[in-house]
Amino acid sequence: MGKTLFEKIWDAHIVVEKENSPSLIYIDRHLVHEVTSPQAFDGLRMNNRPVRRPDLTIATMDHNVPTNNRSLPILDQTSAVQIQTLEKNCNDFGIQLFDINSPNQGIVHVIGPQLGITLPGSTIVCGDSHTSTHGAFGALAFGIGTSEVEHVLASQTLWLEKPKPFEINVMGKRKNTHAVTAKDIILSIIKNIGTSGGNGTVIEYRGEGICDLSMEQRMTICNMSIEAGARAGIIAPDEKTFDYLRGRKYTPKNYESLVDYWRDDLKTDSDAKFEKNYTLHINHIAPQVSWGTNPGMTCDVTESIPFPEDFSKGDQNQKKGAEKALEYMALKPGTPITEIKIDRVFIGSCTNARLDDLIEASKVVKGRKLSQHVRAMVVPGSQMVKKQAEELGLDKIFTDANFEWRESGCSMCLGMNPDILSPGERCASTSNRNFEGRQGTGGRTHLVSPVMAAAAAIEGHFVDVREMDLN
Amino acid sequence: MQSFKKIKTIITPLDKVNVDTDQIVPKQFLKLVQKSGFGKFLFYNWRYDDQEHLKSDFILNDPTYKNSKILVAGDNFGCGSSREHAVWALQDYGFSVIIAPSFADIFYSNCFKNGILPIMLDDKIVEKLQQETGEIEVDLENQIIKTISEKISFDIDSHKKKILLEGLDDISQTLLYEKEISEFEKHSKIPSVL
Repeated sequence: MGKTLFEKIWDAHIVVEKENSPSLIYIDRHLVHEVTSPQAFDGLRMNNRPVRRPDLTIATMDHNVPTNNRSLPILDQTSAVQIQTLEKNCNDFGIQLFDINSPNQGIVHVIGPQLGITLPGSTIVCGDSHTSTHGAFGALAFGIGTSEVEHVLASQTLWLEKPKPFEINVMGKRKNTHAVTAKDIILSIIKNIGTSGGNGTVIEYRGEGICDLSMEQRMTICNMSIEAGARAGIIAPDEKTFDYLRGRKYTPKNYESLVDYWRDDLKTDSDAKFEKNYTLHINHIAPQVSWGTNPGMTCDVTESIPFPEDFSKGDQNQKKGAEKALEYMALKPGTPITEIKIDRVFIGSCTNARLDDLIEASKVVKGRKLSQHVRAMVVPGSQMVKKQAEELGLDKIFTDANFEWRESGCSMCLGMNPDILSPGERCASTSNRNFEGRQGTGGRTHLVSPVMAAAAAIEGHFVDVREMDLN
Repeated sequence: MQSFKKIKTIITPLDKVNVDTDQIVPKQFLKLVQKSGFGKFLFYNWRYDDQEHLKSDFILNDPTYKNSKILVAGDNFGCGSSREHAVWALQDYGFSVIIAPSFADIFYSNCFKNGILPIMLDDKIVEKLQQETGEIEVDLENQIIKTISEKISFDIDSHKKKILLEGLDDISQTLLYEKEISEFEKHSKIPSVL
């Protein structure tokens, strides 16, 4: 019997295999950031252990860095300590660090691919659940906890139980590719399979609807695999993948010979078997807006807030969850999505802060002004994205419309830095999680695509971006 | 690492599904650079009001459950962020067993690194356990939960069971495979970054 793409990468990385036990898997790339690493480095010090492969380890600071003027000192002392701790750890253990002043600094899942560190067929880990992003390049990439960060630093391996392969077919073509985006595809998938639908699996996204996407859009899809509970998401590499990585800062010298091998090898065999399957038809999907407190609580922009009994389809726990979510979100069932007014807009995060995302959002914003009661910020995913966007004049388009144009980082996706919502504020956000308090205690998050966030910023409430005149 | 063998306490029922790690420990407390002291931040926004007073309607604030070391929660516990701080908070607060119909993958694996035993049981059994007011015993060696009226067996991977029972240091175990790791590295197709 043939193998799935994920199984091929898994098999190629087995160091030790025992029956009915986890396997010891080799890790090719380890990305490190300031929040989930300090305790791991401490563990190494206590046991007098070195980092086994500093040459496979790359660090940056992204989670708690301020996004205002980089020349100013960091006011939050605990953030400053965490950042200094990463600097010291990288220095002591010989790890390459892109610090706050580096032109390569940015959200770890944005810079990995941009620098050519992410490679097809490789295993990639990071102490961050959105490591699944890198699966867009045909890598097996997943988030780990801090103990596992320490384990990888010390041994460059992890003991893992083999996840099950899950096939998600995305069929058909989007009618309006500017208004209906990769974000809408992945939110539709999570809405349908649920936030635990992918638990214990690696999702392989396949089909015409995936092949048609750019690399940046594919990253948006794989990024949110974790929101469906999956360990990882993966997409077979094709010429778009190979072109994207060609000639980047850390693209290997023998890249073309690697491409020849990847082209032949990195695909699911026609007779391979998946443990689970799901198919999404995208010919008629609408822009999506989340209404609740997990990413599965999402509906079409043309719909109204659902009644908990309809949403839960008879499951009492789901019904209770939906009631609690609506109470937290201060929303009434039956309210049309387009009548929901917003206070804040956040365009950023490892899900949607790449150049494509900013270009698309700028088309909506160009020549318009921010609604008077809305405060909006654009936080590019990396300093490289910021620079490229500025070369295209996107910063000017956003600032002319009264958006704030910031330095790169995770920012208001998780609100570890000063970019947070005030209690009760409602935000249209291009990030990945609408959990209670995620963007600030008492804050209310609606997940949307960059174009939907931009449109909401202009109008002051959600609108169907398909109906906006973008010429 | 701390070992886990057997425990007998009353349970704390947390009747919620999809409890994410942002709720278990909110982001403003992730800035510490050590592993200790996270217990006071556990379920912070559910436990405390705006003035940092304990909310009387949250289960953990009910003195009945003060000495409970077993949390019984709903489906998909620990979803979302990979933050191990969530496990450190549960452990520091005093929990050493978490029972739920299912767990998110990263959270589940983080538990074993910190001496916490996560147990997956059928929905119906979890619902029944949430009603249990007497002490229950969780015995890892024999993979049995004993209530006043019944015995419930549970599954666990044998490798993970061994790690918990013996409190083994995962890394020193792995480094015994130095020869295999070095051998793998000789044939790796993926080159170094630098």
